[in-house]
Amino acid sequence: MTLRDLKPGEAGVVASIGTKGAMKRRIMDMGVTPGTQIRVIKVAPLGDPIEVNIRGYELSLRKEEADQILINK
Amino acid sequence: MSIKIALAGNPNCGKTTLFNELTGAKQHVGNWPGVTVDKKEGVYKGDKEVTILDLPGTYSLSPYSAEEIIARDYIVKEKPDVVINIVDGTSMERNLYLTLQIIETQIPMVVAVNMMDEVENRGDQIDCSHLSRLFGVPVVPITARSKKGVKELMNAAIDTAKKKLRPNRLNVFDQNISNAIAKVEEVLTDVQGEERTWRAIKLVEGDEIVAGTLSAAQKEKVDAIVAEAAKHADGDTEAKIADLRYIMIADIVKHAVKKKAKGHVETKSDRIDKILTNRVLALPIFAVIMYLMFSITFSETFLWVIPGPGVWLQTVVCDFWDGPLTDAIMGFLEGAGASEWALSLVGDGVLAGLGGVISFLPQILILFLLMSFLEDSGYMARVAFVMDKLFRKFGLSGKSFIPLLMGFGCSVPAMMATRTLESEKDRRMTLMITPFMSCGAKLPIYLMFAATLFPSGNRTLLLFSIYFLGMAVAVIAGIILSKTMFKGEPSNFIMELPQYRIPTLRSVLIHGWEKVKGFAIKAGTVIFASTVLIWFLSRFTFTLQYLPEEEMERSIIAQIGQALRFLFIPLGFGNDWRPVVGTITGFIAKENIVSTFGVLFHAAEGVADAAAEGSAAIPGVAEVFTPVTAYAYMAFNLLCMPCFAAVGAMKKELGSVKWTLKAAGFQMITAYVVALLINLIGSGITALF
Repeated sequence: MTLRDLKPGEAGVVASIGTKGAMKRRIMDMGVTPGTQIRVIKVAPLGDPIEVNIRGYELSLRKEEADQILINK
Repeated sequence: MSIKIALAGNPNCGKTTLFNELTGAKQHVGNWPGVTVDKKEGVYKGDKEVTILDLPGTYSLSPYSAEEIIARDYIVKEKPDVVINIVDGTSMERNLYLTLQIIETQIPMVVAVNMMDEVENRGDQIDCSHLSRLFGVPVVPITARSKKGVKELMNAAIDTAKKKLRPNRLNVFDQNISNAIAKVEEVLTDVQGEERTWRAIKLVEGDEIVAGTLSAAQKEKVDAIVAEAAKHADGDTEAKIADLRYIMIADIVKHAVKKKAKGHVETKSDRIDKILTNRVLALPIFAVIMYLMFSITFSETFLWVIPGPGVWLQTVVCDFWDGPLTDAIMGFLEGAGASEWALSLVGDGVLAGLGGVISFLPQILILFLLMSFLEDSGYMARVAFVMDKLFRKFGLSGKSFIPLLMGFGCSVPAMMATRTLESEKDRRMTLMITPFMSCGAKLPIYLMFAATLFPSGNRTLLLFSIYFLGMAVAVIAGIILSKTMFKGEPSNFIMELPQYRIPTLRSVLIHGWEKVKGFAIKAGTVIFASTVLIWFLSRFTFTLQYLPEEEMERSIIAQIGQALRFLFIPLGFGNDWRPVVGTITGFIAKENIVSTFGVLFHAAEGVADAAAEGSAAIPGVAEVFTPVTAYAYMAFNLLCMPCFAAVGAMKKELGSVKWTLKAAGFQMITAYVVALLINLIGSGITALF
């Protein structure tokens, strides 16, 4: 499953990042690396993007980006 | 001995607060060459020999955003005497990621652990001496907002710069990556020392900019080494390195940071956020905040009772400028026996030109006091979060909403508000379409035409349709631009939602002052010079004979209008030269179109003023325009290049003449195409009935 499949309040552990290149780099730079705990906080009022908590801070990303982050629940 | 200090850190780590604290209002804000990113420099208040540069906030030194390239180029190439790396004590893990990368450059550095007040309030502890031993450089706890620890930090930084104290190299990488770095170093025979190792690390990371500096032979060898290393790193050395850095950080944090509470604790910021980005309440709250912001800056009355602060202040400033000041200067010149043209030069050229610049300052100040409050409090990031889905469809960012909305008041402060957009593409695109939002100065044009050509028509409907036209064109232009001029530019929304914090008054005031000063200097010259030029063109003949205002039809500008009017025949208003001259004088300020019509159509005194409010028609205008061509003319002036003040602001924000010309050209073409369509379709419909 991917980060996109998690509902607000649910948590999981990052398994791997599906994409390549600049986007992968940016996702990892922000601390989303394999083995890290990640928790979905909320979805924006218009349904996208989402807000997650990782490494003790709040990060927002679009659903299409969340789709690239594979999760082990 | 003079010392150069650079401040580096994540966005929202309190870097700007510290910079303001260290330099006070004595700062110089410019642009980094070729990009629209602020370059802030200042002199340390405690020692004039120490200059401080505020690098753009970045999460990393990878070369994917303009900010990151600037920050790393400065550190690696300009080599400041010391880098102060500010880390947010409440979010050590993510912040130390940049720290590790700065350590890789082996530049002398000091680490400032900021927000210690919040850390202590949470009951957490950070062992700075442990970090200091590990990094081999001073690590100083500070609270920039209350100046706590700032003096100690600066002493440590100056001391580190004098000793040229380099940080320890940390054992971040595993055997495989370390071997690859060592092998790449052997290939890089043309650079020495610290820079060689740094370049080798970057090459193993797959850094394209560093790879671009290699010779073909070197590149072949490096590619082979990296490909071999990738085989033992799950196929991706770049990801592996990011991963290894975070593994190291997790280990550091385990030893140096003691959290009181295990797991996630709800902070005050979290509770505020639950309301501000609530599914139901987010949009209404946002609408109220935007309404207040617009109303405080641009409305005549604020909350229907008291005078709007922005407009009130503007009136005070303009009344003084146009009244006592102008009277005094003109009186003095008349007394000294100045000739008629000299009086006009000073009165209608110089004083009007400077007045044009000054009239914008109050609203810029007020808007930016509000903007910097929103930005520093953390709400701006939520604006992007809430609006992103809607604006992404038009190729823009959620934060574009604020400049576009402010555009209905005045394009000048609106364009300056684009600085809060993260990506350069979003900034440029927003700058190009902001003038399509019909600003306050364009309203008199519509009112004049409403009174002159649509006396029996529904005025509200007419005004609504033209405002709507502007918005529709902005949306279409956004879609077209993102698929053409800005095609393929990466867009992502992977950003931090910072903690809500109450900004310091000092930061808000410095920011407001900076914007006013920046506009007056950067845009002021463009506005002033162009105002004087138009004055000259409208008051002189080709033989340099001076003309009184009533004889504008003999002026150079009238000849230009004659020459250019053929271009506008397809748009329906090229049969007469006067509308063309109106458009040109409109570049000084759009409402000038009405007063120019008053002069050129020889309207009786006071008629043009009444026409600007929609309460009188200018005789003769109805013979030149039909309702269709009048509408085409309104649309053209709405969409074409904005006034010189806005062009000045646009140039300041775009940071380049080339881009400014591109933007103005784009607006001109858009205006032409839309006006042409209106004329063709409108004439077609009229012919049918």
